[in-house]
Amino acid sequence: MTRRDASPFIRFCSEFAENRLALFAFSVVVIIVGAAILAPLFTPQDPYDIGKLILGDARRPPGYVGRGGYVHLLGTDAQGRDLWSAILYGLRISVQIGLTAGAVAFVVGGALGVVAAFAGGRIEALIMRFVDLQLSFPTILLALVISAILGQGKWQLTVALVASQYAYFARTAHGAAVAERAKEYVEAALSTPLSSGVVVFRHILPNCMPPLIVVATVQIANAISLEATLSFLGLGLPVTHPSLGMLIANGFQYMLSGRYWISIYPGIALIMLILAINLVSDQVRDQLNPRLQR
Amino acid sequence: MLGFLIQRVLQAAAVMVIISVLVFVGVFAIGNPIDVLIAPDATQDIRLDTIRRYGFDQPLWKQYLNFVTSLVQGNFGRSFVFNMPVLDLILSRLPATLELTLAAVIGATIVGVPLGMYAGYRPHAITSRAIMGLSVIGFSVPTFWVGLLLIMGFAVELGWLPAGGRGDTVAVLGVQWSVLTLSGWSHLVLPALTLSLFRMALMIRMARAGMREAMLSDYVRFARAQGLSDTKVIFGHVLKNISIPLVTVFGLELAATLAFAVVTETIFSWPGLGKLIIDSIQSLDRPVMVAYLMLVAFLFIMINFAVDVAYAALDPRVRGRS
Repeated sequence: MTRRDASPFIRFCSEFAENRLALFAFSVVVIIVGAAILAPLFTPQDPYDIGKLILGDARRPPGYVGRGGYVHLLGTDAQGRDLWSAILYGLRISVQIGLTAGAVAFVVGGALGVVAAFAGGRIEALIMRFVDLQLSFPTILLALVISAILGQGKWQLTVALVASQYAYFARTAHGAAVAERAKEYVEAALSTPLSSGVVVFRHILPNCMPPLIVVATVQIANAISLEATLSFLGLGLPVTHPSLGMLIANGFQYMLSGRYWISIYPGIALIMLILAINLVSDQVRDQLNPRLQR
Repeated sequence: MLGFLIQRVLQAAAVMVIISVLVFVGVFAIGNPIDVLIAPDATQDIRLDTIRRYGFDQPLWKQYLNFVTSLVQGNFGRSFVFNMPVLDLILSRLPATLELTLAAVIGATIVGVPLGMYAGYRPHAITSRAIMGLSVIGFSVPTFWVGLLLIMGFAVELGWLPAGGRGDTVAVLGVQWSVLTLSGWSHLVLPALTLSLFRMALMIRMARAGMREAMLSDYVRFARAQGLSDTKVIFGHVLKNISIPLVTVFGLELAATLAFAVVTETIFSWPGLGKLIIDSIQSLDRPVMVAYLMLVAFLFIMINFAVDVAYAALDPRVRGRS
């Protein structure tokens, strides 16, 4: 209960900074996301411009100087793509899809859960029964089937991820909102002439945020991992825009002949991103968990 | 209790009907099965004849009714690709997935629970930190990546273990098992390890959380005050108390893994159900997709039903609430 004068956010940040591993992981996330957003500045080649790919430069080892006149730091893949460029552009897709899917699932799931808790009765039973049913299936099976139905593409993939992940947010929001609903401040707010919508969104929702934020950090990492898995299985993005999962899948067949770099480097990038997000989310979870608070 | 049972059975049946509609309509939207069934240079007559024979010219609701009618008679249809009854196809693939799943989940439990218990017993020891690091990595690394690394390390570089397939099998009561041969085991090790890493991380976390909580509880304090050694306290009292959530997770994970070992099976060319569903999605084999998804849905609804009933039997409050 020290630093009571500082705002909750600043207190949260300084407590976060005390865990050096989490701080390091957070900076890794920031660097990767930054590099992904600014990818065109750091890469010698646009890996999605098929006209610029030179097949003669395909499957070259790291350090090879290609016909473009620059060094392929991490080698090239089977289509002659510079792997360093392809990895940064792939991270871009991963981050973009992970964040979009996470944010949409957050809003949709959170709203459903809170509304269910507040409405009660039939509506609550209907929504939560469906959510429970969906949660009992493995996420990846749902994502697989939905993306098979919708076909390849960025927004199709995002929809598949949202549809298979929103339920986690709905479950969490519902649990938190039911607990809040029973508290006296909600009763007090309802006894004033405020509309129930205002009470739900201005008073209940902000108090449901901590557990939702924890779920969000986990689900963003999951979305990125799921995207890579689906692309690895050939169900995610079109071949012309290889994401990390697809780069790894394409390199798989060359791995047995010793050309390890096509699969290994995209894999390392992917794991660094997911691991860093998970370490950050572990710390966030510990900090927002009231049971562990001293 | 009887009223509760009837209510739950009706609910499960209703859910099954809804899922069958969702699955049928969803799968209906994937590709055009005609292209799978006939050669691209077939004449218009053959094309129309095939469409009529499979009933693709009928409206969707009628196709669904036909499907349900034959389903009730125990007929799941024939696979377009394998040209054999879907049910036989699925049953022939089941043993492979079953042994892979059991090996992975049992292995994960045997290794993960003791590690997690130790990490919960001595939360600040360096070993415990290493164990937790292992579990974070187990959570973060995608399954397909673990498989690739294992193949590269043990199959390509070291050449100790095969990279794919199921090895020799032995028929017991008409079912092919590979756990009964040495070659089968050598094929099983890598995929089972791949599949188990995530489950092991989960088991470590659950066991650690349960252990930490239990060690602070009153019953442990009293048991210690009684003069019992820590070994006796842990194996005589704590283990029983923390095993309830562990058993629940064990059951759920077993079902989830059974229904979905797709990634692992694809990488290791393991001829199980997961590989079957991926192949059938890629080759637009509609009857296999529908039957597989329906069976998985049925499996999960049965498990949920069993859990609900078990809770109701154990806890009268659950019965009263619904």
